[in-house]
Amino acid sequence: MNKKALLLLGCPEVPVQTGIALYLASRLKNAGMDVLVAGTDAALELLKVSDTEGHYVDAEKMMNIDKSIESLAEKRMEFDFCFVFVHNDAGISYLATIQSMSKAKLFAIIFGHDAESLAGQIDCNCEKLVARTVHNPIPLKKKIDARIREVKRWAVSN
Amino acid sequence: MGCIELMDYEILLSDISFKEGREFIRRNFKDVHEVEPGYKLFDVYLIGIPPIVIGVENDHVIFPYVKPCHGTFVLKIEDRR
Repeated sequence: MNKKALLLLGCPEVPVQTGIALYLASRLKNAGMDVLVAGTDAALELLKVSDTEGHYVDAEKMMNIDKSIESLAEKRMEFDFCFVFVHNDAGISYLATIQSMSKAKLFAIIFGHDAESLAGQIDCNCEKLVARTVHNPIPLKKKIDARIREVKRWAVSN
Repeated sequence: MGCIELMDYEILLSDISFKEGREFIRRNFKDVHEVEPGYKLFDVYLIGIPPIVIGVENDHVIFPYVKPCHGTFVLKIEDRR
């Protein structure tokens, strides 16, 4: 059975989020994982418009962020890996919530103008991928690329 | 705000961090309770950094409510139960 990964998106106001979400989803999907993306309606619409044919994320594998929290809280859904996108204080709250409700290996993808400050405020058990970037996805892509080999190994482990 | 939006709520604070909301509730209400993230209150599962603090005052519940794009609010809603 394929490993499951959740990408939990924040507010789409920071441009780099959509591109990195599609890139990460693609890498995880190619590694053999089932990928589900949760986010606000606007964040999900950005993905759908950017990936019209559903090459990177299947439209049926997108879920409203409130519904995803509800499903996790009610134990109707669980994941092996969870990547939470954090660029504001609300993102830290969502990260801490996922950490409390799920046994998934947790990654915080931290970006935006305040990336370092936000990273310093996070003390839950997670791995932080941090880049102070708003428009340019490359710094975050490099962080992901540096970890993806191990994630691919986890994808086929028991 | 989901179904909370349909309720008769009062916004006590907005544009704050989650921790500021927690301190506000602790400072201003005597009857406070700590719950874990995912605790169900009304029709929502609370989001936040543990412990999440809920205040009770007369027939009202005071709690933090987090939205991805708008941050943390402290809401006050009547709950006679």
